[in-house]
Amino acid sequence: MMRFILPLVIFLVLAAFLYMGLGRDTRTVPSPLVGKAAPAFVLPLLHDANKQFSPQQMEGQVWLLNVWASWCGACKDEHPLLMDLSRKNIVPIVGLDYKDKTDDGIATLRKSGDPYTLVIADADGKVGFDYGVYGVPETYVIDKQGTIKYKLIGALNTKNLQETILPLVAELQAQ
Amino acid sequence: MKYLLMIALLLPAFVFAGVAKDMADDPVMEKRMMHLAEKVRCLVCQSEPVSNSHSDWAQDVRQIMREKMIAGASDQEILDILVERFGKSVLFDPPVDKETIPLWSAPFVLLFVGGGILVYQLRKRKGLLVEEQLSAQDEQRAAELLNENPASDQTTVTSNQAKDPQA
Repeated sequence: MMRFILPLVIFLVLAAFLYMGLGRDTRTVPSPLVGKAAPAFVLPLLHDANKQFSPQQMEGQVWLLNVWASWCGACKDEHPLLMDLSRKNIVPIVGLDYKDKTDDGIATLRKSGDPYTLVIADADGKVGFDYGVYGVPETYVIDKQGTIKYKLIGALNTKNLQETILPLVAELQAQ
Repeated sequence: MKYLLMIALLLPAFVFAGVAKDMADDPVMEKRMMHLAEKVRCLVCQSEPVSNSHSDWAQDVRQIMREKMIAGASDQEILDILVERFGKSVLFDPPVDKETIPLWSAPFVLLFVGGGILVYQLRKRKGLLVEEQLSAQDEQRAAELLNENPASDQTTVTSNQAKDPQA
């Protein structure tokens, strides 16, 4: 009896591990920044380089930092969701135009619509680096105290928005 | 006019040289940077170090490494900066700590478990091998059988005889 059960158990355990591996996304690594203070920076606004933005300005409110670029394909996928979110006026969305030409960024927003409360230009990607950006788009949820509470690598979709991000925003806003 | 055109053709090359300039500025530092970049995983390509990758992200990381080195950062400080932003998995050789202990201990645990199973199985098998006590009658019969037909298999018989001087 044991002779059949043991290989079967080994097979099942192996199969379970392999199955888990199938669904796993090895490209996204958990960000060490979650739970830490959002790195400080000062960057010019995309639409007006004379004005500057720094994360301290958002203190006291929960906000989203959405990293995007005109050259980024997946950003176009999540764009309608951001537009929808901005219309509902639930949470301020700060756009970070990552490693982009100012003109291209502005043109993209003019053409397809601007979901952002304000857009900052990170032309050389230095701020993106500080935020551990390695694949655009990325979205950060930052709380009233300026702590990063969540980081999404990749595009927003109805699932992660409805099930993770919006409930988290509501919870943080209630605090 | 012809010369002017020729100069114009050369212009893009000069522009490129300008962009790449800080790369070959200091060959010693470049070597140190590449050596360090071998330890860093390219997160957008995986299984490839930052030193080998042509991806934009890897190029950015190399550039940042150069800048930090120029600013006087040590190799360890640069690795710390990367770990702080991208997590320990950015290193091919992550440090041993609370979080990575399952990873580091896994080979030893597997070796221990595998060794345990092997020892258990071997012991069990040993228990199954019961030393058969031969009676004098059996011995007699065995010797008769062995000597009965020496021509049928020369080698077997000789080897048997060699083993047992009594036969």
